[in-house]
Amino acid sequence: MENQKRVKEFSEQFGPENIVVILGAAEGEASGIAAETVTAGDPTYAGPLTGVSLGLKVYHICEEEIKAEVDAGVYDEQVSMMEMVLDLDEISKEMTTIREQYCKY
Amino acid sequence: MNSVLIGSAYVLAHVPDMVLHNGTTQTTEKIVNPDSEYLKKLPNHLRSYDDTLYYPPNQTYIGGITPKELGEIPSPWYNQKLDNADRFGKFGEIIPQEEFYLLMQACDAFDLVMLEAEFVSKTKPQFEKHPLFDESITARVKAGVEQAAIDAALSNGAEGLYSNNQIVGCVKKAHDLDVNLNAEVILENLVSKASCVLSLLHLTKNTAINKNEIDLVIDCSEEACGDMNQRGGGNMAKAAAEIAGFTNATGSDLRAFCAAPVHALIHAAALVKSGTYKNVVVAAGGSTAKLGMNGKDHVKKDLPVMEDVVGSFAVLISENDGINPEILSEYTGRHSVGSGSSPQAVITALVGDPLDKMAIKITDVDKYSVEMQNPDITKSAGAGDVPQANYKMIGALAVKRGELERTELGNFIKKHGMVGWAPTQGHIPSGIPYLGFAQQDIMDGHIKNCLFIGKGSLFLGRMTNLFDGCSIMIQKNGAKQGSQVTKEEAAISESEIKALIAETMREFANSLLK
Repeated sequence: MENQKRVKEFSEQFGPENIVVILGAAEGEASGIAAETVTAGDPTYAGPLTGVSLGLKVYHICEEEIKAEVDAGVYDEQVSMMEMVLDLDEISKEMTTIREQYCKY
Repeated sequence: MNSVLIGSAYVLAHVPDMVLHNGTTQTTEKIVNPDSEYLKKLPNHLRSYDDTLYYPPNQTYIGGITPKELGEIPSPWYNQKLDNADRFGKFGEIIPQEEFYLLMQACDAFDLVMLEAEFVSKTKPQFEKHPLFDESITARVKAGVEQAAIDAALSNGAEGLYSNNQIVGCVKKAHDLDVNLNAEVILENLVSKASCVLSLLHLTKNTAINKNEIDLVIDCSEEACGDMNQRGGGNMAKAAAEIAGFTNATGSDLRAFCAAPVHALIHAAALVKSGTYKNVVVAAGGSTAKLGMNGKDHVKKDLPVMEDVVGSFAVLISENDGINPEILSEYTGRHSVGSGSSPQAVITALVGDPLDKMAIKITDVDKYSVEMQNPDITKSAGAGDVPQANYKMIGALAVKRGELERTELGNFIKKHGMVGWAPTQGHIPSGIPYLGFAQQDIMDGHIKNCLFIGKGSLFLGRMTNLFDGCSIMIQKNGAKQGSQVTKEEAAISESEIKALIAETMREFANSLLK
């Protein structure tokens, strides 16, 4: 809830086209819900983004597009362990589907 | 000498009516959406006492079956019923709601709990039969009041106590204006205190310790007791110790969200090892707020609401007796301010770093006790299998450190992990639920050591965005491993060197005298 509020505020402050949301969720389903929240609006109708379609750019930290932007040493130190644990294909599939459907930028 | 783990107690209170009236998911829903389908359907998803009693994860919590036996039962477990189940397990019990209300009154020092006369006369005979309630407890239960007196209190801000959704009593507010002493807070704190007291009583039975020999109780629950001038002033520990009859004990509270039990374990182990105290109890009562926390998902999926129990525990840490498992307070894992919050940084701080200090590998630890949440509850709410996720991360760190082949990750989880069984009561599942079994498994020679890990989400209190966690190892009494061996060898060689120097000096002095 608090995160939704902050994303909404940042989006108003800096303009939605200038925002990229990076997720760190551990599962495809959870990543999908979070991605849907910051694009189409809160699917659980519980938070400040209910009915608010921000259409923000949204990626998971383990997706290639983001990985390429991060210093390899830092990535190895912070994320590589989780890469072993996560179902990357499932996460990537969920994220791509949501982006194709709802991303405006 | 390291301090040792003498024994543990684990208790559940089955409180289905409190799910409806005191769980925050439900109280919030009543405010924002009072006519919701969820609130209408919820009562039909509550379990009976027997269903809760025969539910395999609950029996594991009180020591009726072992984690290994639970793991052999096909999951999900909500459709599985054990053939045999008893109210009392090796470590504690599952107390029914009605008796628990009487215990709440026994724990009330300010005449704030009112119970209806007929309800008391119906419930008290059973309450008095409890093997751990002596007169010091039973005499605190009052005769009961007329329904009219309860109604009057309810119209003056009291919180109802229900049985089968009928009012059988209430908890009154303790101050007219102070929100910290309103009926909701007092009820929450009395539930925490009463469940804690019951664990303390089971602990005295399980360890056969003389109550008068307990020096200190550390409460590591998640409630705050105090008034408007000191909201979290405490001292829940001493309040519970009083009712449990620990006459010579003092107490203090330790708070660190879900990480608190492992923090408290470290404190207790160090206080005993340093000689400050001989017998320290770490204990916590449970939370009404978290009852039915994931109820919406459970109802939506037509499952029983499994968050219908309040959990509590108590463990006794004492001076080294040469028999019980040692607590290695010298080698703790700490998530520090600068550790970083990525899962990799957290697992490195809590697992990698303490094992490095001990000069042992991740695969040298026989069992890891992590956040042992019951996956029935979390998986059906979309939060995954929490213990399994933790074991995967620990295994992945072992792969990164070159201590495990990646292809062995699955086997690592099977060998060094366990299924979860604890109710999602925040601090209750956090590492601590396996202490009782770990002691047994170490004493029986099934394992030689276990690392206990507690983690906490500090950002929930809005004072910091930091994460928190700590870890501590327990191992077979007298066992030595890694740097413990090296240290001892170093100590021996140092004393040998000193002896040699002394000998040489003596010879030199003698030669001068000649």
